[in-house]
Amino acid sequence: MAAQAVGPKGEAFAQSRGLSRRHALFGGLCLCCLPTAGMSAGAYAEAFTMEEVAPGTFIRKGLIADATPENADAIANIGFIVGRDGVLVTESGGSLVDGQWLRGEIAKRTDKPVTHVVLSHVHPDHAFGAGAFTADKPVFIGHAKLKEALDARGEFYRRRLVELFGEERTGPVVYPTMAVADTAEVNLGDRTLSFTAHGPAHTTSDLSMRDSASGLLFPADLLFVDRIPSLDGSLKGWLKELERVKASGATHAVPGHGPVRVELAPAVAALTAYLTALRDGTKAAIAKDVPIDKAVDTVAHDQGDKWKLFEHYNRRNITVAYQELEWD
Amino acid sequence: MRPTLALALGLTLSAAALSGPFAPAVHAAGASDTEQERAARWQEIAKSIFGDRTIEPTDSLVKLEAPKRAEDAALVPITLTMPEKDKIKAVSLIIDDNPAPYAANFEFGPAADTSELKLRVRVNNYTDMHAVVETTDGKLYEAKQFVKASGGCSAPMGMSEEEALKGMGDMRMKFADAQPGKPVEATLMIRHPNFSGMQMNQVTRDYTPARYIDKLTVSAGDRKVFTMTGDISIASNPVINFGLKPDGKPIQVAAGDNQGGAWTHSFTAPSPTN
Repeated sequence: MAAQAVGPKGEAFAQSRGLSRRHALFGGLCLCCLPTAGMSAGAYAEAFTMEEVAPGTFIRKGLIADATPENADAIANIGFIVGRDGVLVTESGGSLVDGQWLRGEIAKRTDKPVTHVVLSHVHPDHAFGAGAFTADKPVFIGHAKLKEALDARGEFYRRRLVELFGEERTGPVVYPTMAVADTAEVNLGDRTLSFTAHGPAHTTSDLSMRDSASGLLFPADLLFVDRIPSLDGSLKGWLKELERVKASGATHAVPGHGPVRVELAPAVAALTAYLTALRDGTKAAIAKDVPIDKAVDTVAHDQGDKWKLFEHYNRRNITVAYQELEWD
Repeated sequence: MRPTLALALGLTLSAAALSGPFAPAVHAAGASDTEQERAARWQEIAKSIFGDRTIEPTDSLVKLEAPKRAEDAALVPITLTMPEKDKIKAVSLIIDDNPAPYAANFEFGPAADTSELKLRVRVNNYTDMHAVVETTDGKLYEAKQFVKASGGCSAPMGMSEEEALKGMGDMRMKFADAQPGKPVEATLMIRHPNFSGMQMNQVTRDYTPARYIDKLTVSAGDRKVFTMTGDISIASNPVINFGLKPDGKPIQVAAGDNQGGAWTHSFTAPSPTN
């Protein structure tokens, strides 16, 4: 068998013949079949409400779902805190329209300027609402590693959202203007928000926040409740950072997904239980030379009834964990 | 299928996510191709690789196992089973709709046990995959599997280029418990980003140049286990599981990439099998 046929020949071959069928196809999905209209503005607004989880602190519960053309990626818990001198957006939303809806909810409640918008990490369901706030010229606060992460993936995510619900509803990739490498504080006059930049955990750009007035912790996606967590940073790192979250002294938190306000200790315990099962099961599989394609069928399955969307993410989490742990 | 963005919470791409933004410019095909179109494409590819040689279907000489729907299109685990080991001279893996379809070729030597071979690949589109074995009498046989995955070749790595290059060329080899008289299952792990050339730096708009392991030789002492010729379809940090018949001498691994990188490692072999 001629090994020299590998590569150059194959590549040239592919390029010479691919064009004929590209007209109706874009990466395996026929564009003409994609729903484009989505939810109407009215229906969208009716589907969501803001809950006041602490004085002056309003959170919208995200859908427990993946992004679809209909839901405009409104799947994360987003909201805002009203301070004496201005408004801080805790999470901006999953798309421009999601962010615009949030901007509208703020306007209903206060005329104060939006002075700060938190970009809690790189994922699109948390980052793409930011475009709705650029006109307010706020400080966009993010982890020091967020820029690098957005460089690598921002446009990639944007294209996928555009494919789902169009350019207009997606919005731009917005970069942080204030980078937090370790800790930072923002003073809204009558309350101070304290930020902590975490090591690789859920992602490599996780930023958590604590409100001095309510004592509430905003761990963003370091804390998933009900919805199965997705691993995209470091499994061992996440377990480590959860120890820091526990040690924060907060009793209640606003998780990135799930209920808008939870008791911190049991929520962290449940997440730790899943991540520990994922770690130990994957380690055991690696130790027993169970290959990755078999490990995805077995690891952490006893956690299945505890999490929504379990089947969507558990196998993928194992795939990610396996690659991290197999080099130990 | 209702399009959903399953990558909303993670980078990894599943079949549910849409394909790479750059894929169509290079090559477009996918879910709605007919069986006939796929068959015609395979005829073309087979001809470009094997010329006019006849390839017969087989369900015994080689079996090709892949997840029907991949969890992560940038890491699709493949298992090739070739139980009639004394008859197998070489095997090729072809991912029909990838930009460079010819993913890998393994030429086996006297120290090989071909019964099971595993590797991890990138899949860029809904595609047929083919495994073609060459038997010692010079004949070709093929097995086929359809896989749903997309975007695997263009998906950005979850890290910077610099970070992805860290430790390049490091290797590990693990051996499953050896039983006397039986071949040994070995797992070879190599640190290497295997850049596909389709991953874009989103800011500079430059593609990270393709840099991939193109030659890999494993020997037990001076007897060859296999030589692999690889391409951009092999997933980053390549991991290959294979069988070998050790004779007590060290296992030698020599890897080289298309940019002139070359690495060799020697591993202590498990005790002789007889």
